[in-house]
Amino acid sequence: MDIDTDTARRVAKLARIKVEEDELPALAQGFTAILGFIEQLNEVDVTDVEPMTSVTPMRLKRRKDGVTDGGYQASILKNAPDAREGFFAVPKVVE
Amino acid sequence: MLDLTFAPPTPKTIEGATGPWELVIGMEIHAQVSSEAKLFSGASTRFGAEPNSNVAFVDAAMPGMLPVVNEYCIEQAVRTGLGLKAQINLVSAFDRKNYFYPDLPQGYQISQLYHPLVGEGEVLVEMGQGTARKVRIERIHVEQDAGKSIHDMDPTMSFVDLNRTGVALMEIVSRPDIRGPEEAAAYVVKLRQILRYLGTCDGNMQNGNLRADVNVSVCRPGDYEKYQETQDFSHLGTRCEIKNMNSMRFIQQAIDFEARRQIALLEDGGTVEQETRLYDADKGETRSMRSKEEAHDYRYFPDPDLLPLEIEQAWVDDIAASLPELPDDKKARFMTEFGLTDYDASVLTADVENAHYFEAVARGRDGKLAANWVINELFGRLKKEGHEIGDSPVSAEQLGGIVELISSGEISGKIAKDLFEIVYTEGGDPATIVAERGMKQVTDTGAIEAAVDAVIAENPAQVEKAQANPKLAGWFVGQVMKATGGKANPKAVNELVAKKLGL
Repeated sequence: MDIDTDTARRVAKLARIKVEEDELPALAQGFTAILGFIEQLNEVDVTDVEPMTSVTPMRLKRRKDGVTDGGYQASILKNAPDAREGFFAVPKVVE
Repeated sequence: MLDLTFAPPTPKTIEGATGPWELVIGMEIHAQVSSEAKLFSGASTRFGAEPNSNVAFVDAAMPGMLPVVNEYCIEQAVRTGLGLKAQINLVSAFDRKNYFYPDLPQGYQISQLYHPLVGEGEVLVEMGQGTARKVRIERIHVEQDAGKSIHDMDPTMSFVDLNRTGVALMEIVSRPDIRGPEEAAAYVVKLRQILRYLGTCDGNMQNGNLRADVNVSVCRPGDYEKYQETQDFSHLGTRCEIKNMNSMRFIQQAIDFEARRQIALLEDGGTVEQETRLYDADKGETRSMRSKEEAHDYRYFPDPDLLPLEIEQAWVDDIAASLPELPDDKKARFMTEFGLTDYDASVLTADVENAHYFEAVARGRDGKLAANWVINELFGRLKKEGHEIGDSPVSAEQLGGIVELISSGEISGKIAKDLFEIVYTEGGDPATIVAERGMKQVTDTGAIEAAVDAVIAENPAQVEKAQANPKLAGWFVGQVMKATGGKANPKAVNELVAKKLGL
């Protein structure tokens, strides 16, 4: 699969990563190389093979329904560049 | 159970300049799961707490934090699926839906795109007696809610509260089987009713615990039938999605506006663009949410933090065995067991708390009489005073007592209303009140006869008039009732008055 510069630009934008225009071709090439490497897996015949999600026989851990966490507003807001009256304050986002 | 057969309702048509159009509507309902803690953290789900206090480091997406699924939320979703007669998938999986927004600290929402927990089901939406639309459910998946942004506290800043971040939602996706704004609202009402019966979502729309996204398209008569035959969407028009509505009225208004907008566009030679729109209730119109368009590329992928969710059939069977009686069954049973009309049974089963209350009043008593008193007297009074059934001053036991006193003939219907008033305002045991305040109906003919005789003896002029015009006999009945303080049995008074006047 070939990734062109337009796709690279779009992916960067969706990921909110600033990439200069002149860096895009190299990035696109990098993407193409990575995908090409992974596409080798397509050569393996996996008909009748159940998808494997873990190499150990582990099951999804579950928790009981009970309040065991939270109640530390100050810690939650500690890293916020701007917090007011218990809220995170961010530049206005409105539809 | 009654085997009720229904005819589908007539689809709504809108007359355009070039002929009639029909509507095709599919809905996505986001229902907040009733649980103590969030879907992947131990933080509380309680509404109205201090901002950012019901937040765990997992919800705030602090580095290194891992989600652990709340099994009760999964149980609630399974229960919902069973209540909608849906297929339960024993293996499902969580995926990441990637987008950026200030109230989504992870930068993705954990959802279930590829392998939802619940598969196909159905909801029967009644549209009047004998008419119902069967709406197919495509899937229900479990996902995280986002936080809340407040835009009106500061002129240049938005304020973000993460208390709702990570609360479990069920997204209930319907097929495009809904054919008009009224049907859409009725579908939401029915779904909300079922969820409240199941106890899986409180259905509080005001708090945003139940929200609807509506997909609307228009087509020409006949096209929809072609779609139903083939399940080929190309027979239908391009749809627009109206996001995030939390009122039945707005849902109807938005659908009506959106359908008319699309028709005008098409009749003008234009095309409908598939897009996300927002309903502006103040202006009564939908408008494009341009910001959503670009973000529509969610780049879903399986969440590497979570193994697939495997549940056991035995566990599902246990949940199925504990399901409460659902609205359709309860309504049918009320009709057969208590002899209620379709209408009364619908009113009484509309909400599960009302249904429980009625049943406690009616059990072992006259069901029809109980229904009358619950619907007309109690509901009427509660509504007038803005009360819910939960804070009714008259308990089911007390109202049942009143019903019993009427059935046994101990009090008249008129006295019963006075008694209801006393119980409503002062409380107390109805039978005791009747005994202590001498409210018992006088059925003793001797006593009634004496009262009738007295009234006749005192009003010779009226007697003459009544004998000439028997319609005036009612005046005597009134006088006798007055003289006996309303306690005389009205039927006995009527008969005696007629007899004594020689009518």
